[in-house]
Amino acid sequence: MTTLKYVGESATRIDGLEKVSGAATYVDDLEFGPNLLHAEIVESPFAHASIQRIDTTEAEEVQGVVRVVTGKDFPSRFGLYMQDRFVFPSDRVRFVGEQVAAVVARDAQTAKRAAKLVKVYYKEIEPVLDLEQALKADAVVVHPDLGSYTRCPWFYPQPGTNIAHWRKTRKGDVEKGFQEADVVFEDTYTVPRYAHCAIEPHAIVGLYDLSGRLTLWSASQSPYTQRHVFAQALAPLGITHQDIRVVTPYIGGGFGGKAGVSMEIIGVALAVLAKGNPVKLRWSRSQEFYNTYQRQGVIARIKMGVKRDGTITAIEHTLHWDAGAYVEYGANVVNAVGLSATGPYRIPNVKIDSVCVYTNLPPGGPYRGFGYSEFHFGLESHINTTAKKIGMDPVEFRRRNAIREGDTLAYGAQMNPSGLHEAIDRVAKEIGWGEKEPSKDPRKAVGKGFACFWKAPAMPPNAGSAAFLKFNEDGSINILVSGMEIGQGFMTAMAQIAAEILTVPPAKIRVELPDTDRNAYEWQTVGSHVTWGCGNAVRAAAIDAREKMFAVVCRAHGCAADTLFLADEKVKCRTHPDFELPFKDFVIGGVQMAQGNFIGGPILGSGSFMPEFTSALSDPETSQGGHPNVHYTVGAAAIALEIDKETGKIKVRKAALAVDAGKAVNPDLVRSQIVGGMVQGLATVLYEDIRYDLNGRLLNANFTDYKIPTAKDIPDEIVPIIIEVPQPDGPFGARGIGEHTMIPAAALVANAVEDALGIRVKALPITAERVVLALLDIPYEDVRGSYRGFCFTGKPDAYAFRAEATKRKRAKGSPRSSSY
Amino acid sequence: MNNRITLKLNNETRTVMVQPNDILLDVLREKLGVKSPKIGCERGDCGACTVLLDGKTVRSCLILAIEADGHEIVTVEGLSKESLTPVQRAFLEHNSFQCGFCAPGVVLAATELLESHPQPTAEQIKAAISGNLCRCTGYQSIIEAILDVPPKTGKSL
Repeated sequence: MTTLKYVGESATRIDGLEKVSGAATYVDDLEFGPNLLHAEIVESPFAHASIQRIDTTEAEEVQGVVRVVTGKDFPSRFGLYMQDRFVFPSDRVRFVGEQVAAVVARDAQTAKRAAKLVKVYYKEIEPVLDLEQALKADAVVVHPDLGSYTRCPWFYPQPGTNIAHWRKTRKGDVEKGFQEADVVFEDTYTVPRYAHCAIEPHAIVGLYDLSGRLTLWSASQSPYTQRHVFAQALAPLGITHQDIRVVTPYIGGGFGGKAGVSMEIIGVALAVLAKGNPVKLRWSRSQEFYNTYQRQGVIARIKMGVKRDGTITAIEHTLHWDAGAYVEYGANVVNAVGLSATGPYRIPNVKIDSVCVYTNLPPGGPYRGFGYSEFHFGLESHINTTAKKIGMDPVEFRRRNAIREGDTLAYGAQMNPSGLHEAIDRVAKEIGWGEKEPSKDPRKAVGKGFACFWKAPAMPPNAGSAAFLKFNEDGSINILVSGMEIGQGFMTAMAQIAAEILTVPPAKIRVELPDTDRNAYEWQTVGSHVTWGCGNAVRAAAIDAREKMFAVVCRAHGCAADTLFLADEKVKCRTHPDFELPFKDFVIGGVQMAQGNFIGGPILGSGSFMPEFTSALSDPETSQGGHPNVHYTVGAAAIALEIDKETGKIKVRKAALAVDAGKAVNPDLVRSQIVGGMVQGLATVLYEDIRYDLNGRLLNANFTDYKIPTAKDIPDEIVPIIIEVPQPDGPFGARGIGEHTMIPAAALVANAVEDALGIRVKALPITAERVVLALLDIPYEDVRGSYRGFCFTGKPDAYAFRAEATKRKRAKGSPRSSSY
Repeated sequence: MNNRITLKLNNETRTVMVQPNDILLDVLREKLGVKSPKIGCERGDCGACTVLLDGKTVRSCLILAIEADGHEIVTVEGLSKESLTPVQRAFLEHNSFQCGFCAPGVVLAATELLESHPQPTAEQIKAAISGNLCRCTGYQSIIEAILDVPPKTGKSL
């Protein structure tokens, strides 16, 4: 392979200038003129209630109110993988804060005032706020109509129960595996809910113009998927894909929270009903917390068998997810974990049950890591404890069991090339594994923690990417793709891939933000797959453009195509070293011939990519037979921390994380992902502590009470390590790394805390409060007061992991009388 | 109840009619067309709406527009009219930002810091930008860029 010039270079971000100069434009920055309408939402105060009646009369009489909208006006359901979510529910509400009505008015203040005048009469239904209750045979059912919902074929809902999906993976014989083991050990781990906390709140502006064209300016990671979901919801009105255009300017952070469709559907409905006027809907910070998606809470039981020599013989991993009121996206998180909850280890006997449970907390959904952060906390904690039980160093234990290329995965397919062993070794070296440096301060304890991680993109098997590439008169290039620049550096990476093939420096390449009318298709910017998927499409488009340039030169100069090559923005010829044709001399205007005519025409390239080898078809009882994941990205990480034994405060002194990027298209941006992801991951352990009251109301929906890190809260040092074992089907060998960098954080801290204090914390978060309580040997559940972090209030070790609900027939929630 | 206020915005005198309860951030964005201060939390937590008021960083979501009457406001648009300032250049070269939503606020916080501390320590930088939340970067690339700004030789802003 020839050496690469642009791929692998730490190029300056091509969106950097716009962002440091204040020029970068986000949805809320766009101007729509004096006709712009503003919307305010009427929200449910109850976690579960039937809607008896909505009286909008008084609100409608307020001067400046254009329209009041309820479920009667817009009865559609919607959803990405299962259509279980309502634009406006008309029969019952399922979480505190759910939209019941909206007021559209000439200005925001009028909308706000009128919204308070909408009267909604509810009858409370017993809310489902505890996983154990939710799975009992006589449980109140959150979705009585579950059986009728349109869904993707790889979901297995159990109508009449709260089980929205149950992914079962079976390989080998776990009972035999446990018999072969010298030590069998089981334990329970809990992970509460989390919020994405992108600094930009969700926003959408919709204009349904008088010609019937619907344009949406949306803060989204998924412009094409949004268009598709909108089209499905609007089909009864005769609005189809060709009538809808989704434009996405820069977005101020996504982290999965702006994937799929959440609040945007409300903006769409309001725009359609206020035809002729642009309507803006922007979420407040608190709505951002409770009415988009949250990371789901989970309780997980792990049983692992090992031999004395350190070989893992079997794993049984059972996860019950608090997926919230609607699971149209969240059930796929549950699914992804159900396929991969072995972690990056070769384990011959596997039994995974990943159960998606409807509850009356806000909808769960995608969040950077897509379930893997959640299960890695338990798994990588369990790996440490298991290693300890056989007296083996936890890093050595991981090394012995680490997965290798060609190993059979839990669902039967083969593992892709991977640099996991190299990652383990380099991280262990960087953190000084095995070296103990006690603190000089006797009040402080020090500890080190280690964890491995893996993750595959979770995509439908036909998730496609496409790219258009056009030359300009000066030989510069515009690339029109619909992958989203969510901060990860997508645009720069795409420019570098095209630059490598076309020899045009990235600084002369623009990558355009998505517009579904103009840019080529992209399924979604999720799953850390766009560098790989869209990168392949851009690479194909660049090659297509190159071949078209060669064709023009061949026709004009009569040379053979296989003698031509590109260098320094020129077409050159191997057999005629003197020949060179700069791109700018012909890519638009063609090549002038002796007769004065021109040969050629504007050069355009296009490319498409789809992972044709994947399939979601498999045996629902075992998950054997399909190839649901394209590949896994792996890595390892370690931290060294210091704990104040009086206050419980944890200070991370050093963190190191190695990830196998296949090929780092832009090493500087890979390092940025490692640092940013590590800090976001550590935040979920050390600071973020979501709290619901016992009625399901979120208590800390703001940045004062839900703490995310400031510059003062970061580790003293983070060392990013890039491993490059090429992904054969990736552009220049690249695979995605964006989500992976936060996955190991929780287990790292838990393992380091145990190293420092000898205490195993099995519930997140591990805040100072919890550390102090653990040091004082006070069970957290005894003193925490009347709140919960997810739908679980009992003691984890007592949770039975029963799912009784499976065998009974339909039952309805029993309404309690209480009006509002 | 409209009140006329006059302020110096990015080196230009601007006059605008405001209500007594209008928030400075909203007036900047909606009535004066300056969009770099962003709406992130509307309660002073996130710092995305940071502007310089008489050279000091303030949360424009916590200030009434009427309080800015007769004062000077600088936003990022004002800093980069001619060319990037040294700290903006350092942020660009270090690939400091990802989504960029916090960038206008961070640029102004760093600008204020460098005015008083031309060669700040990492701890001083962390303190100066600790009111500006960034969810993407983990701050390291921002801190490194500010450390890399050459000490000022020319005139002040």
